[in-house]
Amino acid sequence: MSTTSVLGGVVRRKEDPALIRGTGLYTDDVKKAATVHVAFVRSPLAHARITRIDTEAARNAPGVLAVYTIDDVRHLGPLPAQVPVGKLRPLLADGVVNHVGEAVAMVVAETRAQAVDAADLVEVDYDPLPAVVDLKQAASDQIKVHEDLESNVILTWEAGPWGNEEGIAETKAKIAEAKGRGDTVTVSLEMRNQRLLPTAIEPRSVVAEWNPGYERFDVVSATQIPHALAGAIAKTFGLASNAVHVLAPEVGGGFGCKLNIYADEILVCFAARELGRPVKYTETRRESANNTIQGRGWIGTATLVGTQDGEILGYELEALCDMGAYSQNFTAAIPFLGVFVGSGQYRFPTYMKLDCVATHTQTTDAYRGAGRPEAIYYLERIIDAYARKIGKDPAEVRMKNFIPAEDFPGVVSPVGFAMDTGDYAKNLRALIESDAYRQLVAERDRLRSEGRLAGVGIATYVEVCGFGPSGLADLGFSWSAYGLPSSFNGSGLVRVNPDSSVTVIIGTGPSGQGHQTTWAQIVSDQLGIPIDRIRVIHGDTAESPMGIGTFGSRSAAVDGSATYLAAQKVRAKAARLAAHLLEAAEEDIEFGDGGAYVAGSPDKRVTWEEIATVAYQPHRLPEGVEGGLEAHAIFSPANATWPFGSHACLVEVDEETGDVRILRYLTVDDCGNVINPMIVAGQIHGGIAQGVGQAMFEEAVYDAEGNLLTPSLLDYILPTAVDLPSFELKRTVTPSDVNPLGVKGIGEAGTIGSAQTVVNAVVDALSPLGVEHVDMPLRPKRVWQAIQDAKGGN
Amino acid sequence: MYPRSFDYIAPASLEDAVRELGNAEFAKVMAGGMSLIPLMKLRLLSPDLVVDIGRIGGLGEIEDTGDHLSIGALVRHRDTASSDVVPTALRQAASWTGDVQVRNRGTTCGAVAHADVAADQPAAVLALGATMVARGPSGIREIPSDEFFVDALTSALAPDEILTEIRIPKRGGGSAYDKLGRRGGHTDYAVAGAAAWVTVSDGAVTDARVALTGVGTKPELARAAMEAIVGTDGSEGAVRAASERATEGITVIEDLYGSVEYKTHLAKVMVRRALTQALTEARS
Amino acid sequence: MQVSMTVNRRAVTADVEPRMLLVHFLREELGLTGTHIGCETSYCGACTVLVDGRTTKSCTMLAVQADGAEILTVEGLAQDGQLHPVQEGFWERHGLQCGYCTPGMIMSAVGLLQENANPTEDEIRHGIEGNLCRCTGYHNIVRAIEYAAAKMRGEEPPPPEWEHEEVIA
Repeated sequence: MSTTSVLGGVVRRKEDPALIRGTGLYTDDVKKAATVHVAFVRSPLAHARITRIDTEAARNAPGVLAVYTIDDVRHLGPLPAQVPVGKLRPLLADGVVNHVGEAVAMVVAETRAQAVDAADLVEVDYDPLPAVVDLKQAASDQIKVHEDLESNVILTWEAGPWGNEEGIAETKAKIAEAKGRGDTVTVSLEMRNQRLLPTAIEPRSVVAEWNPGYERFDVVSATQIPHALAGAIAKTFGLASNAVHVLAPEVGGGFGCKLNIYADEILVCFAARELGRPVKYTETRRESANNTIQGRGWIGTATLVGTQDGEILGYELEALCDMGAYSQNFTAAIPFLGVFVGSGQYRFPTYMKLDCVATHTQTTDAYRGAGRPEAIYYLERIIDAYARKIGKDPAEVRMKNFIPAEDFPGVVSPVGFAMDTGDYAKNLRALIESDAYRQLVAERDRLRSEGRLAGVGIATYVEVCGFGPSGLADLGFSWSAYGLPSSFNGSGLVRVNPDSSVTVIIGTGPSGQGHQTTWAQIVSDQLGIPIDRIRVIHGDTAESPMGIGTFGSRSAAVDGSATYLAAQKVRAKAARLAAHLLEAAEEDIEFGDGGAYVAGSPDKRVTWEEIATVAYQPHRLPEGVEGGLEAHAIFSPANATWPFGSHACLVEVDEETGDVRILRYLTVDDCGNVINPMIVAGQIHGGIAQGVGQAMFEEAVYDAEGNLLTPSLLDYILPTAVDLPSFELKRTVTPSDVNPLGVKGIGEAGTIGSAQTVVNAVVDALSPLGVEHVDMPLRPKRVWQAIQDAKGGN
Repeated sequence: MYPRSFDYIAPASLEDAVRELGNAEFAKVMAGGMSLIPLMKLRLLSPDLVVDIGRIGGLGEIEDTGDHLSIGALVRHRDTASSDVVPTALRQAASWTGDVQVRNRGTTCGAVAHADVAADQPAAVLALGATMVARGPSGIREIPSDEFFVDALTSALAPDEILTEIRIPKRGGGSAYDKLGRRGGHTDYAVAGAAAWVTVSDGAVTDARVALTGVGTKPELARAAMEAIVGTDGSEGAVRAASERATEGITVIEDLYGSVEYKTHLAKVMVRRALTQALTEARS
Repeated sequence: MQVSMTVNRRAVTADVEPRMLLVHFLREELGLTGTHIGCETSYCGACTVLVDGRTTKSCTMLAVQADGAEILTVEGLAQDGQLHPVQEGFWERHGLQCGYCTPGMIMSAVGLLQENANPTEDEIRHGIEGNLCRCTGYHNIVRAIEYAAAKMRGEEPPPPEWEHEEVIA
């Protein structure tokens, strides 16, 4: 790999000039002539039979073009899902509503205000049915979420290792044996990993147009997966995938919630074709809360057994994972991502049983980290509890049980997955041996000496990302449900234009991750063409090569690698052309200073413009060489990547009120090689904020009847600038060996590492009072209650 | 996101505004619009007529009349928060109301008239013993703050009355406001908040008013705590004893942010902290 | 109802329904889509603009209320092709990722620096309390505003953090 300063250096983002001027184009900014607008009529009940829908008054309201119900769209079938267990979502409620906010009817009107006005006029009669919201109650099957479900437990993931029944039995036996020994310590905690609302600040939005002459849909959508959306629309309407053009323009944050196909995306296409007008839908924040996918929602018991001196002998996690009422894209697959990292970076026997449980609530799916934050949370909390119980330093206990660096390559985790590279001890040492960490501990001790409640928490994490190997398709993860048999490949196309500017077209699109800059760096590094001469195009299915999307911290590792390979092909061809022009041997050609030259004779050179000119004048080419100067590459990595890291924070708790303040926050992350350290740090910052958000503030609260009590930002509390400290970051570098860039992915790491760090710190602060655990979010009321319970001896 | 249709008028005088209020079946007064517009956007409130008093002259002043301070209907939170004549309790409450943008447009009178159960400034005006001046079709009516807050989001204002002014008596002493916000610290609506006003003479507490917010169904006086502190020496022990009685006679309501037990406890803490700070100011 | 106002130093007049919000007026009538909408409860701050010099959530103001007002949106910040120091700071210090909250965040920062030329980190954090960002954890937004504040005072901005990033090979 090249080591020029372009790769691995800080480059100001290419995407910023438009965004800071307010000229970046997001979906809701798209203006197509004669666009009409959508409002949905939504269920106020979590479970009810629909006995009557009267759309008469709405149809006659000013500006209304149509009101649709399931009868109009039933033939289009339910939404696809990659793991089609449980109930798939009908496009509109079909006779029964199964969660609050489920769309019952769709109104299309000339203006959005008219659509909203008319939606008020649709009358729906409901016959209420009993709703089940509580996970344990749902798992007991006393109330079925859907009549035709055999059980509310729609799938169970079991591992130890995964997919190996004999191994699982052996692991369970080992753990039981360890527990039974007289000289071991067993700790067990039931913990909630609460439901969250992903809350991208840009609400989802989609606009669709049908051209009957071209027989083509043109769709603009705030999506992380434009190709999959095109596939889903094509499949739904019986079209070829090239008859659907999807553009994901600027996407205002995704975090997984735009990694889905939504009913509204199909319905606007339907209406556009019916009405012959462009149709737009933009969700409100309340709709986003109730109807865009949610994340997390586990309740589980973690049990750990180990020796008195810190050797862990076994770990078990049994959890119920909330799926909501309908299965969408990855719904039941999310816990499986937790299985992937269930044993963390440790070597002890691990058993996991994760039940996917349907409830009368909105669907859950991928939210930043997706299964991995949950799994790591349980693991790192219980290790902390164990260290506390045996009176050992939590860092030391972790260190003792890590998979050693010398075991790489070739490590297969206790839950059965091959890991690429890792040096966990080095990483944790970089944290605990830092001045900053020593200061954290000293400050905690100083605060304690003043009688204040202060705590330091540490936690380590490993994550799996950069999906991934094509082989995942054999595990059932492919996009065939969307008419796309392709799996998790990456792709990139690099084209040197006749004027020697470069167009890079990639299969994934960003929602803030800075692809334009990062990809330009990758290509610039290979070709020596300046970054400002490189333009990166993404998110447009008419132009982009097939790409699955931006999620699972995969873009750089997979699509970035593909683009790197494509750039190498272009470089090789350019070398051939330069050799021809310079009458030199191909292997003597080097690139630099805006062109190519003969090694050892820098005066013998041609510019990129000269090379490109020849490439586009085929009569000047050497025999057997095709015209043009572009290449496409597809990359399928041998494995996913496994970033890791260590976090620490210092908190103070107001004993009287339960109010928690985070005073300092440190991380040492390892995501392998880094293309742009500025962007990587930004991803870590944002990731930490979302994990801290879960730890401290965020919770999608449903009441027993299935009403979401936190549908607005008044009640769903996101961290503001006031609630967070500045973050102090460091990195270790352990390159991946599964892609040519040696990168691992960093989009989710901050989130995966942070929630338990905060909880560990708060428990540390409260430990003098005897508190062993506090469930998230650490709202003052909950922290105070934990203090009272501990004081009361409960 | 889209309010239902309504008529809008921005009268030039209070007389006109009051008349317009009387002419509509369901009219709402708007000053800054910080509380009203979100409710209308969510269609939780759909008036036929919005009477925007924002263009009426002479309502944007904080005036010192000698025996009281007059806060006009268009005095923004930011003005109240940065005033050097407004008592500490109200100044502090205004500075913790909403966020910068909300404080730039929202008005102190509007926040008081809105009577949110967890808002800051209602507790402060209550503790300061303010008088609300309402203008209606039959003229001006003075409503003591003790009678102003009726229930959640319900004040003693009649539908055709406008809160034109809050009068805060200048009775000396010290005041303070403290709260725990929903996001912790002082941010966001109050999980529980307390405003206190005290006068001290010859080492003894001669008068006191304490009000709570976020705890019950409305901003309310903590009468038992008030009675308990008056006549004492205002010592730490006396304050603690008084604050223990913070919610006596008050129905504490559970919400997403706290159980009855927690809010009851928090009310005591906030009363203690507010009283302590108010006493410090009164003594200085 | 007819409304007239100055938007980004240009006079505009239009006929609007009373229920039209200022943000919808800017986005739909004037095509100024840099001002964004992220919620409906006056919380996220993505719609922040300056109204008569003060930061205002334009989703919580009726267009008719803005009659006669001077409005400045993100599109009006740069003048003569020259970025405003706050815009420059956001670019130089990676103060944005998805960019959706950015226009509102930038306008809040402009409002803050008008009133406080030399804010502490704490004052910056309180100054943007009414603006939610889901991408950056606010860390680099604070750095961006520190950069802008220094620039506007005619001082050299503090160096970027990545210049002293600690990397252990």
